[in-house]
Amino acid sequence: MNSFRSLKHLWRHPVSRRFRRNYAALVGLIIVLILVGTAVFAPQLTSIPPAEQNLRERLQPPSLEHPFGTDEFGRSILSRVIYGTRISLLTGLAPVALSLLLGTFIGLVAGFFGGRLDGVLMRLMDVLLAFPSLLLALAVVGALGPGLTNAILAIAIVNIPQYARIVRSVVLGTREEDYVQAARSLGAAAPRIILRHVFPSTIGPLTVQATLGIGFAILAMSGLSFLGLGVQPPTADWGEMLARGRRFLPDATWLLIFPGAAISLTVLGFNLLGDGLRDALDPHE
Amino acid sequence: MLTYVLERIFGLIPVLLGVSVLVFTLTWLAPGDPVVALVGESAQGISREALEDLRRSYGLDRPLPVQYWDYLSGALRGDLGRSVRSGLPVAQEIGMRFPATLRLTLAGMAVAVTLGISLGLLAAVYRRTVIDYVAVVLALIGVSVPVFWSGLILMIIFALELGWLPASGSGSWQHLVMPAFAIGFASSAFIARITRSSMIEILRNDYVRTARAKGVVSWRVNVRHAFRNALLPVVTVVGLQFGSLLGGAVLTETVFAYPGVGRMLVDAIRARDLPLIQGTVLFVSVVFVLINLVVDVSYAALNPKIRYE
Repeated sequence: MNSFRSLKHLWRHPVSRRFRRNYAALVGLIIVLILVGTAVFAPQLTSIPPAEQNLRERLQPPSLEHPFGTDEFGRSILSRVIYGTRISLLTGLAPVALSLLLGTFIGLVAGFFGGRLDGVLMRLMDVLLAFPSLLLALAVVGALGPGLTNAILAIAIVNIPQYARIVRSVVLGTREEDYVQAARSLGAAAPRIILRHVFPSTIGPLTVQATLGIGFAILAMSGLSFLGLGVQPPTADWGEMLARGRRFLPDATWLLIFPGAAISLTVLGFNLLGDGLRDALDPHE
Repeated sequence: MLTYVLERIFGLIPVLLGVSVLVFTLTWLAPGDPVVALVGESAQGISREALEDLRRSYGLDRPLPVQYWDYLSGALRGDLGRSVRSGLPVAQEIGMRFPATLRLTLAGMAVAVTLGISLGLLAAVYRRTVIDYVAVVLALIGVSVPVFWSGLILMIIFALELGWLPASGSGSWQHLVMPAFAIGFASSAFIARITRSSMIEILRNDYVRTARAKGVVSWRVNVRHAFRNALLPVVTVVGLQFGSLLGGAVLTETVFAYPGVGRMLVDAIRARDLPLIQGTVLFVSVVFVLINLVVDVSYAALNPKIRYE
């Protein structure tokens, strides 16, 4: 009963009302839901395992039997695109979760305590922002070595400053609010004030940034995998499929069209959703 | 104005120092012995004494601050070490390849600015019409499509199917068209978004309404009264977009086998050529910081408000 009431409350909330009236945002939400569904139900959606080779059916163009065609090992492109959703969502979520965690911590500490600590932390963020983002990711991968984990770490590091800056500016705005001052004068300890009174105001802007950040992370990760520095074969990954498919141009264009379209659609979904959330949470813009 | 420029230049010094520290740290981030990282695979399997000699000759046995100071003073003199693979000075390798990347980035910027501003303007002037929706959708596609994929699609259509443009390589303006469009399209989307919203904001102003009321022709109001003011916020995005263009260059150079620093960097990462990776990243980042300085200064020159803040 209680959860039903809170659902009703959520549905009637002005933010969710504004969101529902925004068709672009709804399209984004639907795309993201379809992607999550595809990732979860991949084995039910295709009977062909993504790694199953069939050398007699190498490089077949799209047909009824293989709707997206096959690659040089006779593997089904459709199955690889479907299973690729899993790694793609993972490579979108993992770096965002990491940079969100670290960036929020840095932003909270810098904004709340201010002073020299704030100065040092923010200069550090400026330094990270001084690099073109893909270049910094490449530098980190260059030092740590290619591979999925290192690429995730690299993309996470690149994006820390964005979250830190957002959180810091929200904290600076709320620090002087009466309710925070009141908690302080009542003798609440700093961690408690930060967590109970300051942190909640950052959730809105962070949700928007994180949603858009997933799109960016998927784009960056597919770029690294395309360069052979991210996801390694034989994992079914869209960026890696493009890198491999490139070698079979000009004949086998289907090797490029489907994985690329999958990346674009995924990023589009998160971008639409992120923009929609921003408009819904901040009606002034 | 001069005070502003000097302030900005001095403000950059700590950032550039930070950038150099971070790039220097990459050696220590690399797993295993830094000597092996710097000398490459050839260091494996040599005797312990020889390894210690190498460590001394690279100065890796000295305290970290001393090593950093050496690296920094070397970099300031243009000495970025030697490439593990080719044995050539890193600065020379960059010098050979950077002009091609600069050409590509500038061509991409030209595409991005032309396309982005035209789309943004059309969308704002014809707000809530088909033109606006088409422009918004194009901008959305631009930010969502990976540059290496749009590059590949362009290549399939214009090089492999139609045969109008060369599929790869460099040397003529024809070689630049597809890579420049691939990276420019992505950035044009951001520029179009800012141009559109800034133009919509400006068109609401009283002086625009006054001009219309005075009977000034519509296109003249749009161009002379509104557009010039709407351009200001666009300038700042242009600076930031240089960063994504330089990043996009790494990917498109690989797609089109274009001999710039981006492709060199990717090759260096594959070969674990650490000095070349460090040198390239340091150089391109410094260029990026300086471009942003130029953009900020021109922004201040265009907008007197900034100078007095």
